[in-house]
Amino acid sequence: MGISRRKFLGWMGAAAGAAAASMKPKAAAAAAAKSFPGHPDSLGVLHDTTRCIGCRKCEAACNEVNNLPKPEAPFDDLSVLERRRRTHAGSYTVVNKFSVPGKKDPVFVKRQCNHCLEPACASACFVQAFKKSEKGPVVYNEKVCVGCRYCMVACPFYVPAYEYDKALTPRVTKCTMCAPRIAEGKLPGCVAACPKEALTFGPRKKLLEYARARIAKHPDRYVGHIYGEREMGGTSWLYLSGVDFGHIGMDTGIGDLPAAAYTAGPLAAVPLVVGLWPVLLTGIWAISKRKEKRASDELSAALAANTAAHEQKKREELSALRQKLSKEKEAAVERAVKQALEEAEKEREQAAAEAGKEGGRQHEPAARQGGAEKGEAEQADKEN
Amino acid sequence: MEPDFYTLQGFMTHVKGVIYVLMAGGLVGIPLFWKFLAGRDEKKRTY
Amino acid sequence: MAGEHPTGQRGLFTPFNVVAGIILLAGGVLTVMRFTGGLAAVTALDDNNPWGLWIGFDLLCGVALAAGGYVTSAGAYIFGLKRFHAAVRPAILTAFLGYALVVLALHYDVGRPWRLPYPIFVSPGPTSLLFEVGLCVFLYLTVLFIEVTPAAFEWLKLTRLRALVVKLTLVLTIFGVVLSTLHQSSLGALFLIAPGKLHPLWYSGYLPVFFFVSSIFAGMSMVIFEGTLAHKYLHHKMDEAHKAGTLNVVLSFGKAAAFVMAGYFYIKIIGLAADDNWHYLATGWGLWYLLELFGFVAFPAFLYALGVREKNVRTIRVASLFAVLGVVLNRLNVSVIAFNWHLPLSQWYVPSIYEVGTSVFIVTLGIVAYKFAATHMPILHGHPDFEYEH
Ligand code: SF4
Ligand code: SF4
Ligand code: SF4
Repeated sequence: MGISRRKFLGWMGAAAGAAAASMKPKAAAAAAAKSFPGHPDSLGVLHDTTRCIGCRKCEAACNEVNNLPKPEAPFDDLSVLERRRRTHAGSYTVVNKFSVPGKKDPVFVKRQCNHCLEPACASACFVQAFKKSEKGPVVYNEKVCVGCRYCMVACPFYVPAYEYDKALTPRVTKCTMCAPRIAEGKLPGCVAACPKEALTFGPRKKLLEYARARIAKHPDRYVGHIYGEREMGGTSWLYLSGVDFGHIGMDTGIGDLPAAAYTAGPLAAVPLVVGLWPVLLTGIWAISKRKEKRASDELSAALAANTAAHEQKKREELSALRQKLSKEKEAAVERAVKQALEEAEKEREQAAAEAGKEGGRQHEPAARQGGAEKGEAEQADKEN
Repeated sequence: MEPDFYTLQGFMTHVKGVIYVLMAGGLVGIPLFWKFLAGRDEKKRTY
Repeated sequence: MAGEHPTGQRGLFTPFNVVAGIILLAGGVLTVMRFTGGLAAVTALDDNNPWGLWIGFDLLCGVALAAGGYVTSAGAYIFGLKRFHAAVRPAILTAFLGYALVVLALHYDVGRPWRLPYPIFVSPGPTSLLFEVGLCVFLYLTVLFIEVTPAAFEWLKLTRLRALVVKLTLVLTIFGVVLSTLHQSSLGALFLIAPGKLHPLWYSGYLPVFFFVSSIFAGMSMVIFEGTLAHKYLHHKMDEAHKAGTLNVVLSFGKAAAFVMAGYFYIKIIGLAADDNWHYLATGWGLWYLLELFGFVAFPAFLYALGVREKNVRTIRVASLFAVLGVVLNRLNVSVIAFNWHLPLSQWYVPSIYEVGTSVFIVTLGIVAYKFAATHMPILHGHPDFEYEH
């Protein structure tokens, strides 16, 4: 009601123009390239579990370069390896020991954030606190984090941890791939500390080639799979193993689809609901409204017809009644007159006989009777 | 040619951002269009 | 409890007030504990189980059970079901209180509650379904707030403001349905990002549809169930129109809920077939799943049908209780019980007594607020100065 047609069309034009202008270059490119190659020179780490000896030197180095709190058990205490551990607020990486059926030596595996190419944590975070940086690390911005912990729900590798004991400033914590050190041109703390070169740092592409070459050179030593090459869309941290990855605590059933692929459907449905629900609902409303109106129209029409018929009938009845009444009245008057006349006759006869002594008195009741009948008829008229 | 987006995540962030803005437009625009569409109906019906 | 006086000394120490008072006091203590000791001091959450009872019950169940607001107002104002009018006000009020409490509960759960507006105003993350939920809950809470104001305006005798809001009824209702559709379904879609963590019987691409459809009968069942309670304890606050309307609403909602549940049952079966999950039914998890599906969906649907056929309000009310419990069970299964199902038993999450206490505290707050509003404002009865013209 409030806006004129010209204004409305003006807005429409402006909105369409703005949308077209903002979408042109990007949309064209996206349509041309629906596959996303990942950042070209992004870095990663290759963890060769066949070389790891479970010395926990990487844990110690990580603790040091990240200024983490002192651990409960010192890093040279290897008894902690007997328990399966995961990353916590105070430890960004842990080494676990696995005894594999049919192998006499245990296998050690280092765990930390895998720095996914398409991070579930980043897809899940509703304030974009996680970002996949061009260099490779998935970095966390505590300045915007609300602490909802959806990233922890989302991460398929059970990596992010939370500072549950902080009342007002809890952060999500995880391995940073030593992004600050990389920026300075240094190696990640854990990689630098590893005495057995079980960790290799470099561009992910090179690492993949390197890993393939190793598998090709020692086919007896490795299973023919690089964990992280494609898992959940691929990860920057890659793993080589001599045994099935399922035996060393790695989830082999997570598939190759990136996390974003699982939520794409419902996300795509959102704008449809926003646009089409109002159309549908307004339609239903309009239909029910029309039905209502038609029903009420019909009702009033029926009512009107009913009233008319009723009135007609009433009128007929009334006139019939009136007729009847007037007939009755006439009859009554006639009767009264007749009676009066008869009586007068009698009187006259009596008078003639008795010489006219009581004549005047007999006239009155006859007149009164006629008056009462007239009153009744009037009342009946009014009631109708 | 260099792609605009190297990651699906980056692409989605951009696309969904644009869509949220357009949704706001739709939420305002569609009811306004209905008003325009049904405006005469209501005016005629001044009992 | 029934014969209590809204004012006066004697009314202060009713059993209801005493129990509520104790719970609220305990809630205050828990609040202090949470905001001085952090989540570690009050919850059993850990790094593997970042979401517990406060998300599973307070958020998921709270939102599902507050669906009565959009279902009832859509029925009354969009589908033109005039007989629902008496139910709209209490349903909207419950929904508003429900959502307000959900948001309050989130303040306990998230790490830095004062940043809750960040996703909308500071650093939006549009790829997140949680962003979508947050945005919708924020907008819908605003819509609900506007929708409850007429009752408050009548109470405060602000005629002109009331007339303005009443004019907006249709737009607000449609807006409410859109927002509800979105966030009810997105709450289910939240778990789609973790295919490896949720048990396959509950994980399904249809999860958002399951959540949306179940919210419809959850809302209806809650309206019936809540009507039962209000009928029992706030009978004296109802006018004849409301009482007559309730009977209508119980029958119609019972009928609608039963049929929607039939549809829900059907799509749940389709979900099983779509992922070829039949073989899981023979496991312990399968039995648990079947209990949910038959004991708390099929059974109440059947009870509803019986009640509707025989016009037996009692049966319908019992059915509504089972339906409500079923939705609670479903939400807890998805978010807590069947989540992280493959972790060893020792790493399972069991809520701490403080978490349970906080949830009870928040529910109690809701009941007290409802009681206050229903005793003071024209919720269960018309206001003598105002006609219901819609
Ligand atoms: S491993 Fe987990 S925390 Fe690390 S980038 Fe991937 S999803 Fe994020
Ligand atoms: S806890 Fe922080 S980083 Fe994780 S999803 Fe929530 S806001 Fe994002
Ligand atoms: S890359 Fe840095 S933060 Fe990550 S585990 Fe190694 S030392 Fe720790």
